[in-house]
Amino acid sequence: MDGIAQAEDTWTVAGRQFRSRLIVGTGKYKDLEETAAAIEASGAEIVTVAVRRVNLSDPKAPMLQDHVDPKKYTYLPNTAGCFTANEAVRTLRLAREAGGWNLVKLEVLGPPPTLYPDMQGTLGAAEVLIKDGFEVMVYCADDPIAAKRLEDMGCVAIMPLGAPIGSGLGIQNPAMIWMMRQQTKLPFLVDAGVGTASDAAVALELGCDAVLMNSAIAHAQNPVLMAKAMKAAVEAGRLSFLAGRMPRKMGADPSSPLTGLIR
Amino acid sequence: MHDSMTLTLNGETRIFPAPLSVAGLLGMLELDRRKVAVERNEEIVPRSAYGETLLAGGDSLEIVHFIGGG
Repeated sequence: MDGIAQAEDTWTVAGRQFRSRLIVGTGKYKDLEETAAAIEASGAEIVTVAVRRVNLSDPKAPMLQDHVDPKKYTYLPNTAGCFTANEAVRTLRLAREAGGWNLVKLEVLGPPPTLYPDMQGTLGAAEVLIKDGFEVMVYCADDPIAAKRLEDMGCVAIMPLGAPIGSGLGIQNPAMIWMMRQQTKLPFLVDAGVGTASDAAVALELGCDAVLMNSAIAHAQNPVLMAKAMKAAVEAGRLSFLAGRMPRKMGADPSSPLTGLIR
Repeated sequence: MHDSMTLTLNGETRIFPAPLSVAGLLGMLELDRRKVAVERNEEIVPRSAYGETLLAGGDSLEIVHFIGGG
């Protein structure tokens, strides 16, 4: 693929076009300086953010916006920590007022230790949010039936987990991710479970439009270097997907001709 | 003479002078109104209404901002 065609390889969610196929979280970093440096190195255009109470005893504490400019990056507010539809809806209404963004990431989780997506809660919250005018990118189980319902309801992106949140185990369910990719016409992303660069490449090779991660970068020994690795991996995975991999064969097939050999 | 009223701010009960608008409250708390959002009794207070929204004793307010998250 030539440089020009690559520059045109974009993806679109809710009418917004993006070049980077990597969405990064802004949590778990050592400090806001490291957060900013890692995000810059990742090349991401969308960052996920959480909504929390202001610490009223320290109102002058540095805020995320001072380091990660909302004019430069698309803030994607999440509902992390919400266990009911009502909490998720209140949280995102506050996010919308704080920043004016309709595009949000919905996640309703079950309790530790799995933090597995609660699909009943997720479906309920999605319905309320969509009615309230939100454009909902939805974190979900690798459950094609629930994903189809979310799509029919009007969600704008389907984002199943590849492994439990923060586990770094890599994509444990490639066959189901692939089948869910085939099923949906919406933007489709793996949203949790990536641990290292090769995992991100696999997500793109499976046909995902993009991949979302936080811990894999923030908890690397060198987060900025890992951010750079993820950027390269996502680009490589995407090119590999577009190129179309060779068929798998149950046997060897030599690369050098077997004729014309000296005797 | 000012009256006083009790407000619940982010789960904490505090006493403030009355009358007080949302804009006045944010000013007293030294918060940058461009970086926060306010919910009063589970209803959003639009930024454009901070000046005209007068708080009443017993109001429960949530004042939030964006922080790092995945």
